[in-house]
Amino acid sequence: MASVSSLAASLNPATPADAVARAELREIDASAKWPVIVFLLSGLVWLLVGSGFALVSSIKLHTPEFLGDYEWLTFGRARTAHLNSVVYGWSMNVAFAVAFWLMARLSRAQLRHAGVLIMAACFWNLGVTIGIIGILAGDSTSIEWLEIPPYATPLLFVAYALIGVWAVITFRFRKSEHIYVSQWYLLAALFWFPWLYSIAQIMLIFEPARGTVQALVNWWFAHNVLGLWFTPIGLAAAYYFIPKVLGKPIHSYYLSVLGFWSLAIFYNWAGVHHLIGGPVPAWVLSAGIAASLMMVIPVVVTAINHHLTMVGSFSALRYSPTLRFVVFGAVNYTLVSLTGSAMAIRSFNEITHFTHFTVAHAHQGMYAFFTMVMFGAVYYILPRILLKEWPSAALIRTHFWAAAIGVTLYWLDLSVGGWIQGSEMNNANIAFIDVVQHTIPWLFVRSVAGIVMTIGHLAFAVNIGWMLCARQPAGATAPTLFRPPPAMPVGSVP
Amino acid sequence: MNRGPLIFLGIFLALAFSWTGIVLTNQIQYGSLTPYYDANEGKAYPDKPSGLAERGRLVYQDLGCLYCHSQQVRRPGFGGDTERGWGDRQSVARDYVYEKRVFLGTMRTGPDLRNIGARQPSVDWHFLHLFDPQLTSPGSIMAPFRFLFEYRQVIGERSPKALKLPVDYARSHGWDRSGYELVPTPRAEGLVAYLLSLKDTYEFPEAKPYVPPKQEVGSK
Repeated sequence: MASVSSLAASLNPATPADAVARAELREIDASAKWPVIVFLLSGLVWLLVGSGFALVSSIKLHTPEFLGDYEWLTFGRARTAHLNSVVYGWSMNVAFAVAFWLMARLSRAQLRHAGVLIMAACFWNLGVTIGIIGILAGDSTSIEWLEIPPYATPLLFVAYALIGVWAVITFRFRKSEHIYVSQWYLLAALFWFPWLYSIAQIMLIFEPARGTVQALVNWWFAHNVLGLWFTPIGLAAAYYFIPKVLGKPIHSYYLSVLGFWSLAIFYNWAGVHHLIGGPVPAWVLSAGIAASLMMVIPVVVTAINHHLTMVGSFSALRYSPTLRFVVFGAVNYTLVSLTGSAMAIRSFNEITHFTHFTVAHAHQGMYAFFTMVMFGAVYYILPRILLKEWPSAALIRTHFWAAAIGVTLYWLDLSVGGWIQGSEMNNANIAFIDVVQHTIPWLFVRSVAGIVMTIGHLAFAVNIGWMLCARQPAGATAPTLFRPPPAMPVGSVP
Repeated sequence: MNRGPLIFLGIFLALAFSWTGIVLTNQIQYGSLTPYYDANEGKAYPDKPSGLAERGRLVYQDLGCLYCHSQQVRRPGFGGDTERGWGDRQSVARDYVYEKRVFLGTMRTGPDLRNIGARQPSVDWHFLHLFDPQLTSPGSIMAPFRFLFEYRQVIGERSPKALKLPVDYARSHGWDRSGYELVPTPRAEGLVAYLLSLKDTYEFPEAKPYVPPKQEVGSK
């Protein structure tokens, strides 16, 4: 079947190369339209559901009688439902949407047989739905990050198999000669995740290892799902969108190679720092601490690459929603990773381990970095696949400020509160109940921060719903920016 | 860098590195750790959990207790665990060999529970605490687990297990209907049996109770 671009070129040899390329991109975007929309909308629903469970569990922690008589909403279940709906519901779905679109665009290959992906999306979301209902009903495995009951995980496996294979097939049909850094990250993540997930399922649930070997497997999985799945996808998006929006190349190709391989080598050993002081062999902890400190290399390298690309173009942050979200995420990637390395140092870990400091850290990673980058990506991708612009700049502005202020408040609040909690807990002269009481004001502010973040999610959801329902505009449209730029150079669209 | 297969090989080796190091090596190193037979006592440790405690473990799991309570005592001098009386000694891998699912936990919103059975051996205390933590620990932020209890009409004699709520509390909270009693459900009984089974009050050659350095070692 001759594509529009080749048709245009073959009908008129004088067709400008630029027009051919644009037609080709438009075809690729069209091929990705339905899978991206289905993954994104499912993710959006889970984001709202997850925010609801987040608020319930957060309020319960300073007001324990709140909904205290409902077994299915007891803290241990509501909190777990929150984690699983934002991780397996929102983050995974949006990661799939963004990864497919990036893979198709960067490989200059259309997504073939998109129906398979839509089926995969149905399996995945069915699995997550059954899993979360199971958790609320009391079937949680109580293995951190792997709570989904064993009767729902096969659905996730089937769905993931389809998704992973389809992404690799898209890559194999690539027309581009060059493999861009974002593609390395995507390929690596797509390969690493099923390995981590299947080993963890086998050694923890189906054929459990003996004693604390389980804890090692648990944290090998749980930290790597962040470092080897969400981080590479977040970084792939940042590596794509920062140069794309600015219309200039990434600062250094060499540094991106170094950053990728050092992340691949060091990150996967780092997870055991969650067990410092625990009943596992000391050598494996020391190795994990060393790897966590070595993580400074990929983080600094990636920071130089992202932030130096921004130098000289900071004014673009005033206009482009995509850029503002992605750069906020990239800055937080640097901060959260350096904090993470520090948290692996024994004397630091002695205080922060077992406290809300870790909770603050997790939200900075999964939200201030990953989720913010994904929000930015969605602001770029959706207008291109729907061929419509965002209906409201005010809603985008609300979303950005609510999310940014909310998560920053969350992080600052629980970091300080957690540090105090840890310091007091290590001082046996302070009664434990006093340590608990002193966390309450910080937990209360956390609920406020959560409400602010949720307002942002609602603005995002309204804008997407409005966009989907809006009628196709006639003629050419301009991108929705925060404010009109003085003069827009070619290639710098949101 | 344009060689797909080479990139893939690197990606594979990267994760294979930690999979071998963290998962496989440790599984080989101590994945078949056995209980320790104490010749003086003529008995092997740790103890095997009872059937009721094993059922209680599942309640602990389904309610998500581990999200606020750890089950590991850090070594003296690293954190305040032993000073707080959470254990006489550091927890070691052998303590966990019978646990089908290990709940080390990563959070201490509440205290560590590794030795709760030794620290708080009273069954009544645990029932009251689960029913409403404010009864035993005023100011606690632990969730109430009233749904683990049944408020029922007394038939014949009062159950010996019925909760002994303080009179003022029962009146102000509406639990004082005459002819009624509050009894723990089998799930609550299992959970308390499980909590009471949590005590590492034995020694291993690799884990002896901590003796503060100033004391003479021989004086014990």
